[in-house]
Amino acid sequence: MDLIRDLLWLIPLLPFAGAVLNGAVGRRAPKSLITLIGLGAPLASLVLALVCLWQFNGLPLEQRHVEAMVYHWTTGDLNVDFAFLLDPLSAVMLFVVTFVGFLIHVYSAGYMGHEEGYRRYFAYLNLFMGAMLLLILGNNYLVMFFGWEGVGLCSYLLIGFYYDQEFPPYAGKKAFIVNRIGDFAFLVGMFALFAKFGTLDYKKLFDQIAADPSSALAPSWLGMSLAAFVALCFFVGAMGKSAQIPLYVWLPDAMAGPTPVSALIHAATMVTAGVYMVARTNVLYQLAPGVSGFVAVIGAATALFAATIGLAQTDIKKVLAYSTVSQLGYMFLAAGLGAYSVSIFHLMTHAFFKALLFLGSGSVIHAMGGEQDMRKMGGLKKALPITWATFGIGALAIAGVPGLSGFFSKDAILAAAAGSHQWALYFVGLLTALLTAFYMFRAVFLTFYGEFRGTEEQRHHLHESPPSMTVPLVLLAIGAVVSGWVGITFIPGWDRFQRFLLPTVYEIAGHKRVEPELGRGGEFGLMGLAIVVALAGIYLAWRIYGGARGAENGAAWEGGHPGVQRVLANKYWVDEIYDRLIVRPLAWTSRVILWKVVDNGVIDGLIKAGAFAADLTGHAGRLTTTGNIRNYSLYFFLGILLLFWWMTLS
Amino acid sequence: MIPISWYLLLSALLFAIGAAGALTRRNGISIFLSIELMLNAANLALVAYSRLWNARTGQLVVLFVLAVAAAEAAVGLALFIAIYRQRRTIDVNRMNLMRW
Repeated sequence: MDLIRDLLWLIPLLPFAGAVLNGAVGRRAPKSLITLIGLGAPLASLVLALVCLWQFNGLPLEQRHVEAMVYHWTTGDLNVDFAFLLDPLSAVMLFVVTFVGFLIHVYSAGYMGHEEGYRRYFAYLNLFMGAMLLLILGNNYLVMFFGWEGVGLCSYLLIGFYYDQEFPPYAGKKAFIVNRIGDFAFLVGMFALFAKFGTLDYKKLFDQIAADPSSALAPSWLGMSLAAFVALCFFVGAMGKSAQIPLYVWLPDAMAGPTPVSALIHAATMVTAGVYMVARTNVLYQLAPGVSGFVAVIGAATALFAATIGLAQTDIKKVLAYSTVSQLGYMFLAAGLGAYSVSIFHLMTHAFFKALLFLGSGSVIHAMGGEQDMRKMGGLKKALPITWATFGIGALAIAGVPGLSGFFSKDAILAAAAGSHQWALYFVGLLTALLTAFYMFRAVFLTFYGEFRGTEEQRHHLHESPPSMTVPLVLLAIGAVVSGWVGITFIPGWDRFQRFLLPTVYEIAGHKRVEPELGRGGEFGLMGLAIVVALAGIYLAWRIYGGARGAENGAAWEGGHPGVQRVLANKYWVDEIYDRLIVRPLAWTSRVILWKVVDNGVIDGLIKAGAFAADLTGHAGRLTTTGNIRNYSLYFFLGILLLFWWMTLS
Repeated sequence: MIPISWYLLLSALLFAIGAAGALTRRNGISIFLSIELMLNAANLALVAYSRLWNARTGQLVVLFVLAVAAAEAAVGLALFIAIYRQRRTIDVNRMNLMRW
């Protein structure tokens, strides 16, 4: 326990130090030194994290809440400590972030090896790791917010990494601005909590509320109870960070960044911060059933909506981006239903298989010389056997094929929906599972099977990626298979993951927690249905896109449904609608009212009036400066007279 | 004993003449002489009061004024000579280059 206290603060500090060092070594530093710093810092974090987790696992249940104080951040009324917390929830996140994060760093060394700005890339990536670890290890909302904004900044920097092109900086700004909307709500929620309880410390807050829920059920703003208000504000914050309807629009565009960035930030870690926050705040969500229901509905809607868009994307990274949005929807569906541990379970398995899929797509893009359009790929199985195998495992996992991680976590979510008798949500989840299996295997067949459809030059260039890229792929593939085995709900004694997380879900006095219950028979029945659905999705994809001429058949099939195809390929025109409804009116207001009227008219007007007055007095004053000595002596004389007159007054 | 008012009247008269001369004359030397007149008007008033109140300070100040006037005359005349060499005139109306 003391060891954890001693080491915990180093875990986020080391990546920060790595970022600073890489920023400081200078432009002419050898690449090996940059790599050493860039990989060494997250590796050290990973090792420390594993030591802490090993120690933590040895603690008895009731001691699994270790707080490590660094210093009193603020004093006075707003009393916030800069302190870290390791409890089961942050332990899971810590493992996911450091492990997946380190593997992606290793992969990056290979993927970004020939890029300009190698040093800048690793500085940003380390900075991201530090901020993300701060986010998950903080023991209060303010430290979390600090990390929350830090990862947002790194996301912006890394999406716009190729700043010399036109689109990436734009996508970076879009991500940053859309996230600001959510962050504003997060802040408001924190203010409301602080105004009522005078602290932002998780333990103090939740112990207080769980012991006496009436304090949080007092009416507050917008006609809601305080718990509901704060829960809603936090969820709006999560909508921004975790790309839920209506704030999901930034995530697909975020694919403009380098592919390992998409894997680390926009699939495995940062975008799951919202899910972590909701699970962390479970006390308030338990006390706000209405808001929880809203979370579940938004999650289910996002899952289905994004999955349908994923059906018609031709850019391999866009497919994965919409898939990420969809899977995050699943996590919120579970969290909204009160199955917080299941939601974190899916977060963990998703981190493995989605990072794997993104890195696999990166390997493909690398081999294709930057091509991302799946219509121009095909038949890559022979040239890229390791990528093919690992990507295939990832696809099987996300599709929910029995035995792989995604199957267990997705099944647990569907079981939670069915167990709460939310049959509409259950069927939305099931339909999404079908679509997921379909679009993932559409991508697999288009990319790895059939004829090669690229140019001759690309065909010559095709090669398997170097070991620095394939080793992380293999390790993640292993994770994508086995990470689900820790949380099998339907075999007694195998749900260790859920039992591990149980202490972080608070028992509230006088408030009975409704566990989604489902008889054994029902559970197995639904599981059978889920398996059938997953296999059906894969089979459909194979029928349409499989085989030597899969791409042509697929294109013909898609052409057979021109209306649907157009709607989906254009992503329901959501970006265009936002553009008309929000962006343009806002830009108009800024340009015409704020710029032309307020800035040019009022503010510049005031400045110009001051300048004009000074100019006028200057012109008047210069008339007195004639250069004639006799004029000056007259002024002098009059001045003396005035002085005398003034002296005789008193 | 002559009343103080007589001295003051004479002093005021001398000062007024001097001031009028300093303001209206165009010849540099004339302005200079007018200024000397004003200084001596002040000296007269100082000496008169010194005598009236039987205080030595006034007479002392007069000695300072005389010294300053002498120094001023030396500097001023040197300046006028320098100006005359440059411009062949000491008409102050034509010394008006220092302006906007």
